[in-house]
Amino acid sequence: MPITHEGLAKEFKWVTRPGEQKHIGEAIDPTDPIMQEMAYELIVGNNVDVDRLTREALDSGYSANQILDDGLLNGMAIVGVKFRDNLIFVPEVLVAARAMKAGMAHIEPILSASGAKPAGTVIMGTVKGDLHDIGKNLCIMMLRGAGFIVHDIGVDSSPEDFIAAVEEHGAQIVGMSALLTTTMPNMGRTIATFEDMGLRDEVRIMVGGAPVTQDFADEMGADAYGDNAVEAVDRAKELVALLAELRSS
Amino acid sequence: MVDTDGQPGILDRLAAGELLIFDGATGTYLQEHGLIPGDSPELMNAAAPDVIKGMAKTYFDAGSDIVLTNTFGGNRFMLKKYKADDRLFELNKLATEHARSAAPPGKYVSGSIGPTGEFIEPLGNVTEDELYETFTEMSRAFEAGGADAVMIETQLGLEEAKLAVRAAKENTNLVVMSTMVFDKGPRGYFTMMGVTPEQAVEGLQEAGADIVGTNCGNGIERMVEIATRMRAVTDGYLVVQSNAGLPIIRNGQTCYLETPEFMAEHFQRLAELPINILGGCCGTTADHIRALVKSVKGEPTLA
Repeated sequence: MPITHEGLAKEFKWVTRPGEQKHIGEAIDPTDPIMQEMAYELIVGNNVDVDRLTREALDSGYSANQILDDGLLNGMAIVGVKFRDNLIFVPEVLVAARAMKAGMAHIEPILSASGAKPAGTVIMGTVKGDLHDIGKNLCIMMLRGAGFIVHDIGVDSSPEDFIAAVEEHGAQIVGMSALLTTTMPNMGRTIATFEDMGLRDEVRIMVGGAPVTQDFADEMGADAYGDNAVEAVDRAKELVALLAELRSS
Repeated sequence: MVDTDGQPGILDRLAAGELLIFDGATGTYLQEHGLIPGDSPELMNAAAPDVIKGMAKTYFDAGSDIVLTNTFGGNRFMLKKYKADDRLFELNKLATEHARSAAPPGKYVSGSIGPTGEFIEPLGNVTEDELYETFTEMSRAFEAGGADAVMIETQLGLEEAKLAVRAAKENTNLVVMSTMVFDKGPRGYFTMMGVTPEQAVEGLQEAGADIVGTNCGNGIERMVEIATRMRAVTDGYLVVQSNAGLPIIRNGQTCYLETPEFMAEHFQRLAELPINILGGCCGTTADHIRALVKSVKGEPTLA
């Protein structure tokens, strides 16, 4: 079945990479009209309609998982592509995130009660000395949208804050953000503290932020670097898979 | 407009065809002089006045015609994070006085206004009125401290930048400059909020800015590309303050790779466009400013 919702079909045209066309297209094709409408309203940032459609879907018997996978996440996947490709910018993503949140408010309690297995558990924070959180919050939003459980430890987070959060929540992934060139080195210091505490092998660490580069990440000994919020999700998925492989071997 | 000390003002000098030189980095300098990353640079205006005066003197000595005040985060929202929002006027005025005290006759002091980091309603939690008010208060403090101009810099969104331009224009007699910072993405140059260089020029000029341009960035080669696009759409005054590239870590130290000589070569290309005011941003030092002056003016500084 093709994409029947006219607006969503138009939005899908922004997805131009063949691999993504296949992946996202196959995810949307079999979905019901109400799910396509929900995905579309999320993309355009209409939180009122996403809220209404989520409630209607639950009332008419759709499961929380269906709503997440067929409606919200399909919409978010297209938002991610458009953001990465410079077709939309931070304001549009924030509006879409608000719509996502409106839908999640109804299904999150059901999901957590059902004990569904998350994609992974991530600790996210801005490093010590840095009070900027726009980029980190975008990543958190995208990660949650992709089914991760994310614990946000906020700005100005010390190495000890990261370690305490990992231990408390049994997280596999640590994500560190920095906006300032002057606080970037605190990423390296946090990684060193994980090593000193003998916890480095327990987690995979990813980094990002405006002045951060792949070279910088390598130099500091991070496991992954993401250039934007969409890449943060890709890297987190890869790291979870890698960690699972290591633990099973 | 003639300055109070009888010297011609910034706009007089630009109208006469002169190229003016801005300063180098503030944050980089302050960290070499005791600022701990994460602490408020603005509180140093009260706690370490000699460092702030010394910074202004360093750049004036290196050949800067205009030096920025140490007030990038001097808005209500950033100061609140350090529980210093009730000291907004005091800290912004002090910073201006420190820079002024180091300025030789015929040199200028410009207040600095950075982005608040807040989003305007309904996207975020602040109102346009709240932003306008904090920018007005900062601009008035600069004027009270003896500033000649105000630089609304490193801006990402046009709404906020235009509010700041209007606040400064409508409430002070300062020369108003504004710059935005652009990233190169798959579709070219945009600010984080989606503004193109052309839209920035048009929007900031429409709000009343006397001088517009770009700052920070990711290396001076890209600044030449952005400035070229800006020059193509305006005959007005343009300013470029470039960082020294994105930093890397070497032996645990943060280093900027672009040398004074490398940057000087590109500053010359910017001067030829022409860009009317040139200077540095993150990672640039007094050495970069000296090299800039030498490359575009060809004369040794008197320092």
